[in-house]
Amino acid sequence: MLAFKLAVKNLAGAGLRTWLNAFVLSLAYVVIVWHSGLLEGWNRMARHDMIEWDIGGGEIWFEKYDPYDPFSYQDAHAPVPENWTREVQQGRMTPVLLTTASFYPEGRIQSVLIKGIDPAQSVLKLPADSMRTDEEIVPVMIGKRMADSNHLKKGDYITIRWRDRHGTFDAAEVKIAHIFKANVPTIDNGQIWMPIEQLRQWLKMPGEATYLVLGQNEKPASAEGWTYQGHDRLLAEMDKMIRQKSVGGMILYTLMLLLAMLAIFDTQVFSIFRRQKEIGTQMALGMTRTQVIGLFTIEGAMHGVLAAVMAAVYGIPLLSLQAVRGLKMPEGMDDYGVAVAEKIFPVYSAGLIAGTVVLVMLTTTIVSYWPSRKIAKMKPTDAIRGKLQ
Amino acid sequence: MRNQRIIPAVLILAGICIAQTPDGNALLKKIDENMIARNKIITSRMIIHGRRGSRTIESRSWIQGAEKSFTEYLAPAREKGTKMLKLEDQLWTYTPSADRSIRISGHMLRQSVMGSDLSYEDMMEDPKLENLYDAAVVGEDTCLGRSCWVMELQAKVVDVAYHSRKIWIDKTRYNVLKEERYAKSGKLLKTTVISETMQVEGRWFAKRAVFKDVLNQGKGTEFILESLELDADIPDYIFSKAALRK
Repeated sequence: MLAFKLAVKNLAGAGLRTWLNAFVLSLAYVVIVWHSGLLEGWNRMARHDMIEWDIGGGEIWFEKYDPYDPFSYQDAHAPVPENWTREVQQGRMTPVLLTTASFYPEGRIQSVLIKGIDPAQSVLKLPADSMRTDEEIVPVMIGKRMADSNHLKKGDYITIRWRDRHGTFDAAEVKIAHIFKANVPTIDNGQIWMPIEQLRQWLKMPGEATYLVLGQNEKPASAEGWTYQGHDRLLAEMDKMIRQKSVGGMILYTLMLLLAMLAIFDTQVFSIFRRQKEIGTQMALGMTRTQVIGLFTIEGAMHGVLAAVMAAVYGIPLLSLQAVRGLKMPEGMDDYGVAVAEKIFPVYSAGLIAGTVVLVMLTTTIVSYWPSRKIAKMKPTDAIRGKLQ
Repeated sequence: MRNQRIIPAVLILAGICIAQTPDGNALLKKIDENMIARNKIITSRMIIHGRRGSRTIESRSWIQGAEKSFTEYLAPAREKGTKMLKLEDQLWTYTPSADRSIRISGHMLRQSVMGSDLSYEDMMEDPKLENLYDAAVVGEDTCLGRSCWVMELQAKVVDVAYHSRKIWIDKTRYNVLKEERYAKSGKLLKTTVISETMQVEGRWFAKRAVFKDVLNQGKGTEFILESLELDADIPDYIFSKAALRK
């Protein structure tokens, strides 16, 4: 208790130096919590959107389908197994058929991935029912990114050229019935969605699908040639990217902490040098070396406590405000290929805050202890005289 | 009484006309005979008209029947040394800058050759029309000042790229002077218009032609045949993957 009181007294006596150190350290607190919270918010939002718009409760792929290999698409289709008919009819899973094709926006040839989906499906948030129309022309829907990059708008007619299962060319005009806005680029960039029955007819693949999307908590019976893909696999790319971002963030934290620790280390070295007489007196009055080292260590570690208080004073309002209003993401973030909303709302968990406090306190204590070890080698008589040691 | 004389006359005249219209499939055979030689060595230029200007690509091809061909690009400098080998239904390309041969397959076959209006698949197609189509003569026309048969070709096999074609055939030389390729829906996809022909060893070939992807805005790709050597001696090693790196 005595050491604690002395530490507070000494810190207060150091004045501006203490406050400057505490401020730099408080920045480390706030930046670590802010950045980690931002990544956690992005992660949660991206997972949520991916599940709602793209992967549902998981997918079942036909064995030849590899989403990363466009060459696999032409052979990646098979009739939907009969033992899933009931689930499909009940809307508990929805088949998707895909093929590569060309389309001609503004007279330019462009490659495109055509995906067929049931307009009546409710497994995904995709507004597929917008393709329900009485018009003779085939209705399709595209994402906003696709529309923007090809200068397309609702009601436009585009020509699509594709090959059926035998490789014979066919072409037709389709109408853009809807342009949807989603945070998930994997259902948008370079893709055209159309009614699955129409696509099956075009490709001469009746009743076939490339993969099926499951509703939440659906676990259908297995079927030969089809493989279940859970969230772990389907979200692996995104998780990997978030991890990479976290590593990038760690560098930032380390730099911030290094700056703060350097300031504390310097302060400690300076204190020990300047307060040699005081150290000698304390020893002469009966304090053991360990007690003196403890006193200086606590004094240094108190910077961490002060910084935490300071960080709470300006950090809590600032971070709370951002958690409510969100952080606007710059244009072009979609190019990363993972779901990024226009605004990300950081999520600050108790674990994150507690973890950050422990990390900073621990580092501060170690840095405070390090220069204090020198005290152990001091001779009290020389210290009282202020003799350099 | 007068009608009784006219009707037989009309019938006889119609009979003569029908008799003069050749059988479509027989015509196809003649087209193939004219086009396909045992061996061919071709030097050609391809002028690709793009949005940002035109590019000219020169190449030399060694062709054996309908199954084997080897093409080496001679100009421009950027493409020089690029080679392409077709062996039946397989296609390889060699890029000297990367010093690598890659097999073109699947989706890549649909891509354009050097940015032209021709796809790799167009090059891979069996040139023997009689293997792929049933033909019917549907009329007569004049192209390049020559009298032509207009023929409609309907696919007789399922794995053919173009479901139907319309071709204009020189009545006496049996070379194609104009062609339209259609999608299954009947939509016109590609056209070929021949603007100059040349005779080599008694056969007639297109010397200058324009290929065009009709759905794509642009002036198409011009093809100019510089020289053609028929039934030349081509060593077997030319049609090997090892020849790509030589």
